[in-house]
Amino acid sequence: MQMTGAAILMECLMEQGVDTVFGYPGGTIINVYDALLDYPGIRHILTAHEQGACHAADGYARATGQVGVCFATSGPGATNLVTGIATAYMDSSPIVCITCNVRLPLLGKDSFQEVDITGVTMPITKCNYLVRSVEDLANTVREAFAIARSGRPGPVLIDIPRDVTQAVGEYAPLTRAEHGKKGHLAQLMKRSSQNFKAPEPDYQDIDRLAEMIRQSEKPLLICGGGVVRSRANWEFEELANRMDAPVGITVMGAGGFRGLHRLATGLVGMHGSQASNMAVDACDLLIAVGCRFSDRVALKPSSFARGAKIVQIDIDRSEINKNVDTDHHIIGDARRVLQLLNERLEQQDHAAWKDYVFSFKTQTEYEPAADRMTPVQILDVIARNAPRDAIYATDVGQHQMWAIQHLHFEYSGQLVTSGGFGTMGFGLGAAIGAQVGNPDKVVILITGDGSFRMNCNELATAEHYDLPIVTVIFNNGALGMVRQWQTLTCGGRHSQTTLDRGPDFVKLAEAYGLTGRRVTNAEDFEAALKTALTSGHATVIDCAINIDEMVRPMVGGGSDITDFMVN
Amino acid sequence: MNTSITRHTLAVLVDNEAGVLSRVARLFSGKGYNIESLAVGTTHDPAVSRITIEVITDERQARLICNQLRKLICVHSVKRLSSERAIRRELVLIKVSAPTHEVRNEVIQIANIFRSSIIDVSTGTITLAVIGDDSKAEAIQNLLSEFGILELVRTGTVALERGQYTIDEQTKEKGEFDYGKNVL
Repeated sequence: MQMTGAAILMECLMEQGVDTVFGYPGGTIINVYDALLDYPGIRHILTAHEQGACHAADGYARATGQVGVCFATSGPGATNLVTGIATAYMDSSPIVCITCNVRLPLLGKDSFQEVDITGVTMPITKCNYLVRSVEDLANTVREAFAIARSGRPGPVLIDIPRDVTQAVGEYAPLTRAEHGKKGHLAQLMKRSSQNFKAPEPDYQDIDRLAEMIRQSEKPLLICGGGVVRSRANWEFEELANRMDAPVGITVMGAGGFRGLHRLATGLVGMHGSQASNMAVDACDLLIAVGCRFSDRVALKPSSFARGAKIVQIDIDRSEINKNVDTDHHIIGDARRVLQLLNERLEQQDHAAWKDYVFSFKTQTEYEPAADRMTPVQILDVIARNAPRDAIYATDVGQHQMWAIQHLHFEYSGQLVTSGGFGTMGFGLGAAIGAQVGNPDKVVILITGDGSFRMNCNELATAEHYDLPIVTVIFNNGALGMVRQWQTLTCGGRHSQTTLDRGPDFVKLAEAYGLTGRRVTNAEDFEAALKTALTSGHATVIDCAINIDEMVRPMVGGGSDITDFMVN
Repeated sequence: MNTSITRHTLAVLVDNEAGVLSRVARLFSGKGYNIESLAVGTTHDPAVSRITIEVITDERQARLICNQLRKLICVHSVKRLSSERAIRRELVLIKVSAPTHEVRNEVIQIANIFRSSIIDVSTGTITLAVIGDDSKAEAIQNLLSEFGILELVRTGTVALERGQYTIDEQTKEKGEFDYGKNVL
């Protein structure tokens, strides 16, 4: 059937079951937005900024497990996506970004709003495409979605010159099940290096790991982002129970293992709990599932788990031995590997080892203060009042660490946070994506005054689409995490980290047509939160906290994991 | 694991398309490695190009680079070619200053010893083409430098495995193919 490139693009999105797109129109993408009018099955969320659209697509993908899609125009529209794409790349979140570029004859001539976006995004996408012919468009879109969601997920970008969206070409409908059987994608599926079909783990490797577990007296499990991405909660919990081993959770792994499970030791790494970090140091077998031993987890690779045999389970071969030398590894999807392992493993018992690990604190105790709110008080109020299945989005900084330490997540996708890239300004866009993908759930954005100022323009989006996101700002009047570092490592010289300035977040919320509240004590906060949760509309609650509050414990970057700077 | 810094030769089969070379080269520059030598050309299949890359690094990084290269969608296969099991060749063109009859004779003699061919002669210069591995190229370069090398260009090393094995996955040995398990 003959149709324009823009219509082919829409048909291909329908093939993929896409019903939501985040984006921002512009000159070169005009034909795509025109075609959008003919496809009422695709809901378009117009954000305030392309970066917000990209974070929203990312948040949608993380919270639903589906591929998130965003549209942007050429030039600045496309480059505004870059931070969002890098965020998705670092945290292996499946998104497809569709940008349009200037017409083919104008490419390479520094035309108005032209940028080589495929060149720019090369290091931060799994793959990207410049579609030069309308005949290639359908297969390129099919391939892009397959790549984004397969193996270790990640972002893919498709750049379509404006005249390709206008040109008329042949479109042959193809159901999603047929995509891998034709054309270039069929060839790619045959290549062993591409994980289009999750690789079947090597059974001998699994037998060997089972034997290692049997011989271990002090085993430790690490729940990484791979558990969340493969939605392997049930299998992971089954393994933890069978192994009877403590479980440390990484930032990206939060939600992969129930935070309140009796075996959970809390966060591991730089802001890890004493129990987690002491367990890493003392264990004789460390099994990391879907964890790449980032420098925020492993800190000092040479001394990380110094007495242990380290086993890495990952779907991505290139992660094996990248940051930490391992003794054994299994390549495969976390869920499948854990299933096979559970089949082979009988119940273990490590009572003495657990007693040792849980003799250390799994949580930091903050002294309650009469005259001010502490971060933990705020989080306790949230945990008491929010539904158990509420989705949490965060920005980056102290509030993020406090939230991950003190809120206990129960399922994969419950926490949406920028772990690898640490993108301040991620939260509101991501919360919008999570709310759009989960209209029936409560979405709470936990943010700081520094992060929130960066992309608070998306309040306009929350207001327009009536997304009842509750934003809780941990307002300490500073860039708290950097200030904490300055306090600890720069001799207390606080350079450019004090935010002794506006905006007034209550007035800001009101300017966007939303309700804003400022609270200074826990009772007021609880009342404000209750109102916000039942109001059905977005609310911003500005919580004043002390400027010198720190995230504890903390281990300095590159130090031994038990070398706590602050307890 | 062997941590000594040595020369590693990688053969990479890629799609013959725009932008592929920059995708491959980027992996090296992004990690701060200098590519010692790079040669690209099409293969017997016009849709496929072969890139031969030489990089000086340790064993761990070489494995990491290979695994990361394999993740690129445009990459068909990657093979590390050990110096014992691979044939490595490079073409070097050298333009030497040869103003007099005596110098020309001497240069021609050296060329013959190295089995290189003389591809151009003018009144003041001789241009040689040498095929060999890098040690041969270096040797002739040292000898000719006393006459004055005016210009020198190297193609970069290309390499093929000796014997029956090829880079294609079907004929690869099991150990090499299953890099996830045995090689690492």
